[in-house]
Parts: sequence; structure tokens; C-alpha cells
Amino acid sequence: MQRDGAARWRWLPARAANFASVAAIALTAFSVLLIAAGKNPLQAYVDTIVYVFGNAYGFSELLVRMTPLLFTAIAAALPARIGLINVGGEGQLYMGAWLATAGELALHDHSAFVVLPALTVLGFLGGGLWGLIPALLRALRLVNETISTLLLNYVAPLIVSLFIFGPWRSAESSSYPQSPAFVDAARLPTFFHSRVHAGLIYALACLVLYWLVMTRTRFGLEMSAIGGNPEAARRLGIPVFRYILAVMFVAGGVAGLAGMAEVAAIQGRLVSELSPGYGFVGFLVSWLAGATASGILVMSLLFAVLSSVGDILQITQGLPFAVINILLAGILFIVLGRRPIAGAAR
Amino acid sequence: MSGALVLGVVASAVMSGTSLLYATLGEIVGERAGIVNLGLEGIMLIGAATGFAVTALTGQPYVGLAAAATAGTAVNLIFAYLVVGRRANQLASGLTLMFFGLGLSALEGRPFVGALIAGLPKVRLPGLGPAGLGGGFMNDDILVYLAVPTALLIWWLLFRTTWGLRLRAVGESPSAAVAAGLDPARLQYQALGLAGLFGGIAGAHLTLALTLTWAEGMTAGRGFIAIALVIFAKWNPLWAIAGALLFGGAESLQLQLQAAGADVSPFVMNMIPYLLTLLVLILWGWNRQSAAPAALGRSFVGVE
Repeated sequence: MQRDGAARWRWLPARAANFASVAAIALTAFSVLLIAAGKNPLQAYVDTIVYVFGNAYGFSELLVRMTPLLFTAIAAALPARIGLINVGGEGQLYMGAWLATAGELALHDHSAFVVLPALTVLGFLGGGLWGLIPALLRALRLVNETISTLLLNYVAPLIVSLFIFGPWRSAESSSYPQSPAFVDAARLPTFFHSRVHAGLIYALACLVLYWLVMTRTRFGLEMSAIGGNPEAARRLGIPVFRYILAVMFVAGGVAGLAGMAEVAAIQGRLVSELSPGYGFVGFLVSWLAGATASGILVMSLLFAVLSSVGDILQITQGLPFAVINILLAGILFIVLGRRPIAGAAR
Repeated sequence: MSGALVLGVVASAVMSGTSLLYATLGEIVGERAGIVNLGLEGIMLIGAATGFAVTALTGQPYVGLAAAATAGTAVNLIFAYLVVGRRANQLASGLTLMFFGLGLSALEGRPFVGALIAGLPKVRLPGLGPAGLGGGFMNDDILVYLAVPTALLIWWLLFRTTWGLRLRAVGESPSAAVAAGLDPARLQYQALGLAGLFGGIAGAHLTLALTLTWAEGMTAGRGFIAIALVIFAKWNPLWAIAGALLFGGAESLQLQLQAAGADVSPFVMNMIPYLLTLLVLILWGWNRQSAAPAALGRSFVGVE
């Protein structure tokens, strides 16, 4: 389903204009719903613009929100290139955060030069190993990866809760269970007196790497071959089995980095409500972007802006953050409905 | 395990299995027509929120139930328009539907958080079971009683009527169905409308009979478990009864053990339904007999 995406992204200005019209339709429909619910959508949109673009801090928050989306979008895009559907970014994020926290608890006496690289590796490993489970089940042709990644999304947060309500529970917080605060050496550096953190650099590096691998290496070529026709690729001697495992490991690892960054930069400890659905939104970002690197960059930023509307609705109008999903889904509905009906649409 | 515990588990397995059964039956009808709907979770959420909100407003649980079924049908028809009318990708459309349901139900349910409702009235069937057996067994709401007959009805519709034969033909080979003079799109719309109806009812049973409260995202993956149950049931409504009971049992065993003060972390027990689902899928995968409709998940683009 991603194959035709790459071609479309070449006409970026045309795509941008097209997307703006889609967003306008969706925003209008969303406004009607909000009015019906007795809220003031225009006020929310104005508040969002003032909040996001009114000062440097608001804009920096946009970058903060964009960071996990970049990670989770890559986590969906990479498997999409070989025809796999990884909807498990959410669970992989949680497991990355979980293993990174285990690392912090074990290594917090060491200096930042030891702890931060260790946390990065562990965050990657946590998500990657979690991604290997559906990969193995798929490679052995036992369970379809779509359903297994979805199911595992519900297990990972329970593992996190098991530990923060149990062995990792901080003594200082009796009311709200969470792990002890990370030591300073285990905190990712932040920039410009904002919450923008080194995770953004990791994410952009991952995106560049993703682009390089897909366009400049043998791996990218072989992955496209598998995505195009797995049986033909197998006959060409491409190790499809190993690719499924490797790609899902790396993809899960990248989502795990998002979890690591959330605990090591934003929260500073492991908490049960780590992600408001970054894993799922990342999947949609990747899908809208046709799994291209440039598309992911643009779409993550756009979705970060749209999520800010959700923040505003929550803060100023007392609506649950989840309401923003209506707007995101509305945009996708229009995009899905507008795609030309073609034989390739499988 | 004491006798009371066993009876309690069975009674609450029936209770929590009911919602799963309706959801699974709806998904079976859709998939038999060749369409995978990953948005079932969203439909259930909308059914749960709509049913709860309307019941809280009107004080009439049956009105709430009807509203939930209507809302489920209406929203599933949006999905039907995308995947049938526009031939959009089924998986992406389904996931989008899940998001839509998550958001819409949160918006709908917000004013009713903490509201109190009476819930679906318990109906004691005359001549069925002595009063008070097992603390409430045979003293259930109408949806519980109708669950198994509905499964039989769906089985009969799919396998014993012309409509069912046509529907299955579309799911196996749309082009052959066209050659036989059928209209695949119309049958798929009908199937998805029915699937939405059942999805809405499944969600409503959660709020109107099981929890009697609304909480954001309260279906907690039951929609995805139901999709897995379709595979477990080999697309057969009769097997779906067994599947729903098994999974309802896993859920209720966990609740009963917790209530009995068993020394197992609640988080570990909450994992059971998901892990059991995965395990069942692995065992079924091992078996490797495909009972899936041949054209499942593919957009039908017409015949040349």
C-alpha cells in the first residue's frame, strides 16, 4: 500500500496545497461536532495558533511533541517497505521505556558518559525485542503481524504497571505510583531553556539513516523487492525470513528509543501513562507519508500542530485529549476517500 | 476452587462473553463478505458511549441500546463507503475508524462520566433455573439470553439462505459473483451495516450491563480480541459461541480470583486475555488450514 506513495511525494507543493484543503474540510467538520457539544472551536483554533506560534516556548513544545511521532512513524515505515504492518509502536515504546528504566536503576552511580549510551542501547533493545515477537510469529507463518502487534500493545503497559506498582515503586510517592526519579546523569540534555531534548537529534538521525538505507544501499533495494513480491524476492535469493526479523527488530528499537526519550528527558522517571497513543499516530503519519522520509518529517510536524489543538481543548475547554482523534481520523477519512480508485489499491 | 467460585466464574463468563460474541458475530458477517474491519474497537466504543449517554438522558436502557445499535450501524457505513464505495485500503480505513471511535466516544461520554444508570433490566425466564442459583445465574438481561440464538440465526442466514450464499460468494470471489449476476457492493454494504449493528450492541452491553459506568477507552482491546476470535472460530458463528465463552471465562476468572484475594498481581491477570488470544492464534497458525474467505481484505476493482 505504500508503493505508490513515493511517486506522489515528488510534487511536494501540489501535495501541500492538496493537504491544506483536506485539513480545511476536516477542521470544518470537527468544528461542527464541537459546536454540537457546546464548545467553541474557533476560540480553540485561535488559542492554538497563539500558543504555538505566539512565542518561542510554544513552538519548542511543537518540536517536543513531534519527537516521539518521528520515532514511531519510522517504526511503522520500515516494516511497510517489506509489506509488513507494524501497528505495535505503542507497545514497543513502552518496552523501550521499561528496559531503559531498568538500566537507570542498575547504573545510576556511573557518569553520564556511561549511563546515557547504555540507556540508548537498552531503550532500543527493549522495543526491538518486543518487535521480534510478532516478527518471529509472522516469519514462521503462524500469526499475522497486524493482529499480534495490536494485541501486544495492551500487554506492554501492563508490564510497566507491574513494575512501578511493585518492585520499582518509588518510596517518596505513595499516592501516584512511579519509579524513583532518574539521576541527573541519566537525563537526556535539553536545549534553549525548553523541553526540546536530545531525543529530537536521535530521531532526525534515525530519519536520515532511514532515508540513506532505503535509497542508497543494497538493503533498501532488497527490501523494496520483498515489498513488491516476496515470493520473487525469495527466488532471487534474498533472505526474506532474516529480513522480517531484522526489520521488525530495528523498527521496534526505533519505537523503543521514543520510550527511552520520554522517560529520560520528559518524565524523568517511569510512569504508567507514558504515551497518549504516539505509537498509533506514528503509524498514521507513516501511512499518510507513503513511508517516505520527507513525508514523515512534514506529517509529524503537521500532526504535532494538530495535537496541540487537543492540548488546548483539554486545557481551556475541559475536553478529553482523545477528542483530537476525531480530527486526525477525519483527515484520514478524507484522504482515504479521495484516493483515486485504482487497481493498485489493495 | 470452591463451588461458589466455579459458578461465579461461569455466570460472569456468560456475562462478559456476551459482548464479545455479538462483536465476533458482526465481524464474521463482514469478513464472510470479504472485508476485514479493524475498526471494530472504535464501533464498540461508540456503542458503549452512545448507549450509556442515551440511557442516562432518557432513563430507558432499551432506548439506549437502540441508539447504540443505530450509531454503530451509521458509523460502520462510513467505513463501508470507504472500503466498498471508494475501494480504500481496508486495514488503514479500519484503524482510522478505531481512532474516530476513540475520539467520538470520548466527546460523547465526557458529560456522563460518573453518571448513574439503572442498566438493562434483569429478566427471569419462567421455568428456567431455580431462583437464586449461583447468585444471579439465569437471571440475566435480554442480550445474554439472545446471544446464542443470535449466533444460530447468523449461522442460518449465512449457510442456509440464498442471501448468505451470495454474501459468501462475494467473499470468496467477487468477480465470480458478478458473473453470476450479483451486486457485490450492495451485499458488502448490507454485511457491514449488520456488522456495525452488532458492534454497537456489543459496546452497549459493556456499559449497560457489565460496568454501568462510562470510562474513556473502556473496551480495552476487546474489539481486537473479537477479531482474533473470528480466526479462532474459523469464520463460523457456532464456533464463535465457544470462543466467546472461553475468553469471557478468562476475563471472569481473573475478576473472580482478584475478588477472592488471590496473591497474583492484577496486572499479570489483566494480561491473560491478550496472551491467551495470541496463544490460540499461534496454535491455529500451526494447524495451517485456511478457512478464511479467499478474497478477504482485497478491494474488488471490478471485472474487465
